[in-house]
Amino acid sequence: MSQPSISKSMTIGESGLAVVFAVTAFLCVIASAKALDAPFAFHAALSAAASLAAVFVIINRYLDRPAALPPQEINGRPNYNMGPIKFSSFMAMFWGIAGFLVGLIIASQLAWPALNFDLPWTSFGRLRPLHTSAVIFAFGGNVLIATSFYVVQKSCRARLAGDLAPWFVVVGYNFFILIAGTGYLLGVTQSKEYAEPEWYADLWLTIVWVAYLLVFLATVIKRKEPHIFVANWFYLAFIVTIAVLHLGNNPALPVSVFGSKSYIAWGGIQDAMFQWWYGHNAVGFFLTAGFLAIMYYFIPKRAERPIYSYRLSIIHFWALIFLYIWAGPHHLHYTALPDWTQTLGMTFSIMLWMPSWGGMINGLMTLSGAWDKLRTDPVLRMLVVSVAFYGMSTFEGPMMSIKVVNSLSHYTDWTIGHVHSGALGWVGFVSFGALYCLVPWAWNRKGLYSLKLVNWHFWVATLGIVLYISAMWVSGILQGLMWRAYTSLGFLEYSFIETVEAMHPFYIIRAAGGGLFLIGALIMAYNLWMTVRVGEQEVQMPVALQPAE
Amino acid sequence: MKAILTLDNLASGLVTTIWTPVFVAIFLAIIAYAFWPRNKAAFDEAAHLPLREE
Repeated sequence: MSQPSISKSMTIGESGLAVVFAVTAFLCVIASAKALDAPFAFHAALSAAASLAAVFVIINRYLDRPAALPPQEINGRPNYNMGPIKFSSFMAMFWGIAGFLVGLIIASQLAWPALNFDLPWTSFGRLRPLHTSAVIFAFGGNVLIATSFYVVQKSCRARLAGDLAPWFVVVGYNFFILIAGTGYLLGVTQSKEYAEPEWYADLWLTIVWVAYLLVFLATVIKRKEPHIFVANWFYLAFIVTIAVLHLGNNPALPVSVFGSKSYIAWGGIQDAMFQWWYGHNAVGFFLTAGFLAIMYYFIPKRAERPIYSYRLSIIHFWALIFLYIWAGPHHLHYTALPDWTQTLGMTFSIMLWMPSWGGMINGLMTLSGAWDKLRTDPVLRMLVVSVAFYGMSTFEGPMMSIKVVNSLSHYTDWTIGHVHSGALGWVGFVSFGALYCLVPWAWNRKGLYSLKLVNWHFWVATLGIVLYISAMWVSGILQGLMWRAYTSLGFLEYSFIETVEAMHPFYIIRAAGGGLFLIGALIMAYNLWMTVRVGEQEVQMPVALQPAE
Repeated sequence: MKAILTLDNLASGLVTTIWTPVFVAIFLAIIAYAFWPRNKAAFDEAAHLPLREE
């Protein structure tokens, strides 16, 4: 090395974080000793251990690294930071399989209730939030963090901001998942759908999320590319809005700082309205805006075609932002919520049709001139089918928000079917497609281990989705019609248990569909594992040989 | 309760109502920006952005 030797010293981030984690470890030990309930003691002990591990890892990393921090550029090319992306991709696959498996277990419990084994930890009420959080926040969240860190670097032509900060985001986020998930099993919940974690987990997530926002923003700010690419707009909307939603929905007062239980700041219908303002915008900005960002980067990249209409992307982005935030009340039709608020929620939900389909059309039409690739590239097929599912479920959603339709569909399995056509078809498939692209790129591999296995994954999972959603449509509409059936004398025709009995066969079909979806994910995990293990290294081309666009 | 037209009521009514035309105006401005002929070349180039990186 001809470079002058730099005396090695810890960065402010390294020394600061090490001290903060050392203090946190100490405080967590005290909290664990003084805990009022067993789950809190467990979580405090877990946090103490994790903080100590963090101190150890930070110092060890410092001792192992060269004196100078990694350069921003090597030979004029950005020195992209792939470490946190690899970590998040791995965790996404891990939590995905865990989440799909728990989904299969609770689907089977609904068909065969004995499968809850009469134990509190394996009861449906505790496993259900474990399933939803694992698939949405753990699987989906890691996919979003991994892809956002990749896309923001590539489309800004700049190395990810921060040295330890990106690692803090990815590891800290997964630690939040661990606390939330183990909490559900132990009965810790604030009973708000998709916002079940208790106050201390919420506080930790706030810190992690602010760090995520800062890393993302700082990378955008130091970009070399003058234009901020549309995918980054969608990612930024997702990050900012989730922060606002999380803070808005979770103001709670703990009974004690040494206990897990807390009470929410407001009660009754105000709480319900806040909850579904949060809940529906989690759909709109986590499960939609974030994954649309994936669509806008990965589909053009994989199809090797430009975005069909960049103008449309700008307009439907802002239309989504302006409209989504008002749609929440449709979750509270025919409740104590004022009638005008319900109608407002319904109206905005129907208006959402336009921006949703704007996104779908833009994604699908990006394939103009490259439709033939659907025959040969199962990864692209997965991405495109996901957009088709997006279009389908964003047609169904506004329709179900219409009050007369909702009077039939509400509280029935139709809702479950609708959610899963979006979750399995749109979010699941677009995530699978993105990971199939991302893993070879991040690990510097020429391609996937096997496209044939991707093809198998595609068909097995598609069959699973079709079984799942068609079973839930039939079951849900059957359930809704049985609930509202009257005899000629004006009595309800069916008892509740008769509706449950009628749904039994569909529950079995649904579980079979979920099982196929899980098998598909296992095929994928094997394929990605082999890609990393035995895949051929991509040869780095010198800059001069890059093909010009 | 009877609604009384005071300066306070008028002001708060105005502040809460004004958002509708403001948001509509902002959205119309965004549409104008997206369709402004002079921006077309820049948008066409941006549509190619994922394809010409490294």
